[in-house]
Amino acid sequence: MALLILLGMPLAGALLLGLLGERRWAPELNVLASAGTFAASGWLTWRVISDGPMLVWNQQFFMDPFNVFLVALTALVGFTTALFSRPYMRIEEHHGRVNRRRLRLYHSMYQLFMFSMLLALTTNNMGILWVAMEGATLATVLLVSLYRTPASIEAAWKYFILCGVGISQALFGTILLYFAASKLLGSEGSSALLWTHLDQIRGQLDPTVLSIAFVFLLVGYGTKVGLAPLHNWLPDAHAEGPTPVSAMLSGLLLNVALYAVVRCKVLVEGSVHSSLAGNLMMGFGLLSVLLAAFLLWRQKDIKRLFAYSSIEHMGIATFAFGMGGPVANFAALLHMTVHSLTKSSIFFTVGHAAQNAGTQTMDKIRGLVTISPTVGWGLMLGTLAILGMPPFGVFASEFLILITAMHEHPWTTPILLLGLGVAFGAIFSRVQAMVFGETNLQRLPHPPVLLPVFAHLALVLMLGLYIPPHLAAWYREAARLIG
Amino acid sequence: MAPLPLQIINLCAALMLLLSFAMLSQRRVLTLVDLFALQGLVLSISIGVVAWNTGQPHLYYSAGLTFVLKVVALPLILHRLIRRLDARWESETLLNIPTTLMAGLLLVMFSFALAQPISELATTLTRGTLGIALAVVMLAFLMMITRRKAVTQVVGFLAMENGLFFAATSATYGMPMVVELGVALDVLVGTVILGIFFFHIREQFDSLDLSHMESLKED
Repeated sequence: MALLILLGMPLAGALLLGLLGERRWAPELNVLASAGTFAASGWLTWRVISDGPMLVWNQQFFMDPFNVFLVALTALVGFTTALFSRPYMRIEEHHGRVNRRRLRLYHSMYQLFMFSMLLALTTNNMGILWVAMEGATLATVLLVSLYRTPASIEAAWKYFILCGVGISQALFGTILLYFAASKLLGSEGSSALLWTHLDQIRGQLDPTVLSIAFVFLLVGYGTKVGLAPLHNWLPDAHAEGPTPVSAMLSGLLLNVALYAVVRCKVLVEGSVHSSLAGNLMMGFGLLSVLLAAFLLWRQKDIKRLFAYSSIEHMGIATFAFGMGGPVANFAALLHMTVHSLTKSSIFFTVGHAAQNAGTQTMDKIRGLVTISPTVGWGLMLGTLAILGMPPFGVFASEFLILITAMHEHPWTTPILLLGLGVAFGAIFSRVQAMVFGETNLQRLPHPPVLLPVFAHLALVLMLGLYIPPHLAAWYREAARLIG
Repeated sequence: MAPLPLQIINLCAALMLLLSFAMLSQRRVLTLVDLFALQGLVLSISIGVVAWNTGQPHLYYSAGLTFVLKVVALPLILHRLIRRLDARWESETLLNIPTTLMAGLLLVMFSFALAQPISELATTLTRGTLGIALAVVMLAFLMMITRRKAVTQVVGFLAMENGLFFAATSATYGMPMVVELGVALDVLVGTVILGIFFFHIREQFDSLDLSHMESLKED
């Protein structure tokens, strides 16, 4: 039931907003639908915590601590982003960058995007997972090009083609997975694609086929995670789309894609008795961290800057999942949580700053604290949090990952530290110049939306200082499932 | 002497590969769409033959779906788009065909080598064609890399999907129905969205040539 509401809410929202999206109250409806989804996710989480994992609807959907935690996170960020988007998109309309018809498209696609991500997270069928991931691309591609500027169309095209090609590789991987499984489970119905069934027989799956399948799956879903060297679409799509979309792409879509990779990794590890899958993920992760850290120095556009920072953080999480083991998995899950909370709050403040300045070029944004102390400090705090300063949660997760790396793969520690250090220098110097100093901007003409920003930062701070025992137990359970 | 259905399927596989190469070397956009439709036809015939031979009902649906989508709907949409955009005589000028074909040959060899261990494990009648299916995917990939026109990139994208469907049929007698439907829906929606995109691109860049799109580069 909770699942029905969880999936039905955004779908109904998408239909309704597609029909009525030109009305004045469309943004409120968008918030309402997101709030409903969030409430349903809370209910579902509570059910899973009290009753344990569940399999419903002909075993086509299933919930365990690992995915229900991502469902809750996705619904939460979707809700707060809707809160932020309501006034933000109104102002964009005021500035004449979008009109009512485009806003209808925007709101409808917003809900469809939420739907496809939640479907990807909750489905038990690896084929449907693929369909939902592709659906998420399709829903967002028109959002990236919402402003119809040449740059945004170019970004959307690149996004579509690169992710489309990438995800085709993932489909080939899924076919191979099905091929390996159907010999054991039979090809009647979709039993051989159900993750829970695959998980039970993973020891018997053919290692050769699964290794080849994993390479395809990792390349395919990895493109969507934004792993280097397949990350090309990510900075463009983040920089050219509307800010709420950047926040959702960075905070949610990348997580969902990484979730898909991890699900596949569990199967492959069980079949191939070597650390091939883990090593591949570690390699891609390290490369992303390093490449992103050095490219950060060359950025001039503020949203591109934080997009590269997302690549870096996804690299860290992928690396941690690659190492495996209870501590690294725990840290990676924590890192996914704090990254998406922090990064979306940063994008909210960046959105206000860029909207007010009328540009995303960092050199032209100066002295944010003078025009609005809360936006300025919000950005500063968010930046400190994402850079891994204690006492924020990112520090805790990065610390755990570094400790594990030192233990198990000592040679990777200097590489990680180098990446983190370089990224720190690049981001901190830029943001400091933007937040403090003389300003050339007008005072903010409208009150900024602060609730989502500070709610996210407060959560991140809490996770850094104290993880409630329930949540810790839940993370541990999820980490154990991933193995 | 192999049984007749197998011979037909092998023939279809050979035709698929041949059509992939033809697409790789075709400069004109309109002919490319026709070649794509032909490839879809061959694909749906081969799925139909497999269905007839194995008696699996869902493969008949799959063959029908492929026919409707790849032979009728998508080429129709593309033809209409090309007409509306007045891009009928567009062709690629910057294209070194011999080099591309050589690269294509290497890709085919690579695909066969990669598919070899998998085919050996397969019990399906059609296992020998898995290498060809992978080659079709790789050749479509190559086409997308080498082309600079929006329409050709889309045809490449769709041809890649053809290869994937062929792989699904030859390795496992097709994916479960619900997945195939989902994939088909994604492909259809994707093509429609890309069609919308053509107009945006034209509006902004006055051409469907993607070489105008070079502003978003790391400098």
